[in-house]
Amino acid sequence: MHYMLLFNSPVEDLERKREDPESSGFWDAWRAYMGAIYAAGIVKSGNALEAPYAATTVRLRDGKRQIHDGPYADTKEILGGYLIIEVASLDEAILWAARSPSSSAGSTEVRPVMAMSTT
Amino acid sequence: MSDDKARVAAFAAAEFAARASYGRLLARVAARSGDVAAAEDALADAFASALTTWPVRGVPTAPEAWILSVARRKRVDVARHLSIARRPDVLATVESGIDVAHRDIEREPDERVGLMLVCAHPAIEAAVRPALILQTALGVEAAVMAPLFLLSPSALTKRLVRAKAKIRAAGLTFERPDDSEMAVRLHDLAEAIYGAYTLGQESGIVEGDTGDELRREAVYLAEVVAQALPHHGEALGLLALVRFCEARRAARTSEDGSFVPMLEQDPALWDVKAMKEGYELLAEAAARADRGPFQLEAAIHGAHCYRARSGEVPWNEIAHLYATLVHEFPSVGAAVGLAVATAHARGNPAVGLAMLEAMDLDRVRGHQPWWSALGYLHRRAGNFREAHRCLSRALGLTAHPRLQAYFRGQLAALAEGDVAARAPACGTS
Repeated sequence: MHYMLLFNSPVEDLERKREDPESSGFWDAWRAYMGAIYAAGIVKSGNALEAPYAATTVRLRDGKRQIHDGPYADTKEILGGYLIIEVASLDEAILWAARSPSSSAGSTEVRPVMAMSTT
Repeated sequence: MSDDKARVAAFAAAEFAARASYGRLLARVAARSGDVAAAEDALADAFASALTTWPVRGVPTAPEAWILSVARRKRVDVARHLSIARRPDVLATVESGIDVAHRDIEREPDERVGLMLVCAHPAIEAAVRPALILQTALGVEAAVMAPLFLLSPSALTKRLVRAKAKIRAAGLTFERPDDSEMAVRLHDLAEAIYGAYTLGQESGIVEGDTGDELRREAVYLAEVVAQALPHHGEALGLLALVRFCEARRAARTSEDGSFVPMLEQDPALWDVKAMKEGYELLAEAAARADRGPFQLEAAIHGAHCYRARSGEVPWNEIAHLYATLVHEFPSVGAAVGLAVATAHARGNPAVGLAMLEAMDLDRVRGHQPWWSALGYLHRRAGNFREAHRCLSRALGLTAHPRLQAYFRGQLAALAEGDVAARAPACGTS
């Protein structure tokens, strides 16, 4: 089964700089998690996303196009990255979600990838 | 006013009866038919009746007996409708039990253990057994337990329903298994109870939270099993193990709430009375014919507790106990424990590292305690870079917040070159 793990984090976390000494624990935790999940050989693909201020949101309403800087809405937790993993069961996917640093500071969503025929 | 008071009193009495005796009552209702799900329904109906009847007529002098007899009557009604056609003996056996219930319902550890043994039956998926036992023996709700088992409430509920359906479909009975079968079944039961205990202990951070409650319920179940099966060394071994863990509980958490591993704990904080009980149970278990992993595990914990008296960890003895465990009841956890204990006993981390690295990598690659032990021994050997790598992997494989925080602290200390900091202790609890 393929699942997407969506890592939702507080904006402050998503704006952390790699070289910020105060954030070394944060980066240690993510490096540890990514190291473990990649070593498990279950990751199919994934990406980290730039901080929310780099986002641009496009909407079409009543035939009018709106374009905003920033993410869609002011929410506390914002998608900061995702992985697609292949595991035997939802239980396994939830276990990996529970290990993610985003689960402590924000939340981690587990979504089954919809099976689509490619023809 | 007085109506309200009566209602409050009735609620309190019903709640007390439910908490104190749910498993016992369920065991009594389900014992003869073997249908746990139906018994639960009947019991729920009986509690509902109590809440409507008691405020009007007053709380009966023996609330438990009242609930039991109502539940049994409901059960009979259901049996009449459902299973009488298939199992003609059910009605008679269920009915014959009703009146016995009015006397002496305290003294039934056997039936409760019978219920638990059914829940730990090999036909039931091992992962669901601890939750099934907690629910059937104590009435713990699925929604409360689910997060601890890393499941959503609906997923756990589904599994519990499926397990109960299996008990019914397979016709699993409450009959006491014969001695050889009993050893296997008791082991599975002990695994499930200890599993619930460690789960509660790991997640129970605050006194009174869900994990803490789960831990206390598991202690209670271990007591019930030891009380019902005093001739089985493993039943006593399970309780001894739980007593040693309980003895060290206060020392597992530092003042700022962080996790303190066993070797870093202050033995002055260990509970002397609980340790004494542990040693007594171990001695008693040693007089029984069956030796098993729970007695050995308890003996290892007991050996660690010697530090409270002598100030020293008896590593030779611990290594010897782990060697016996690995030889007779092999597991990854025991092999990791043996490696660490041997390194200490020989005063040479490299010996333990070699033992860890010789393990089947496919089995240990995803096992947090293995990485944690590697990191611990590398650090003792002065290989700080390797220690950092291994503890980082241990962190990545940990889902428990307090343990995560502990590993993060270790990594930060290593990164700062803080080698003078106290060497990390390894293993949990």
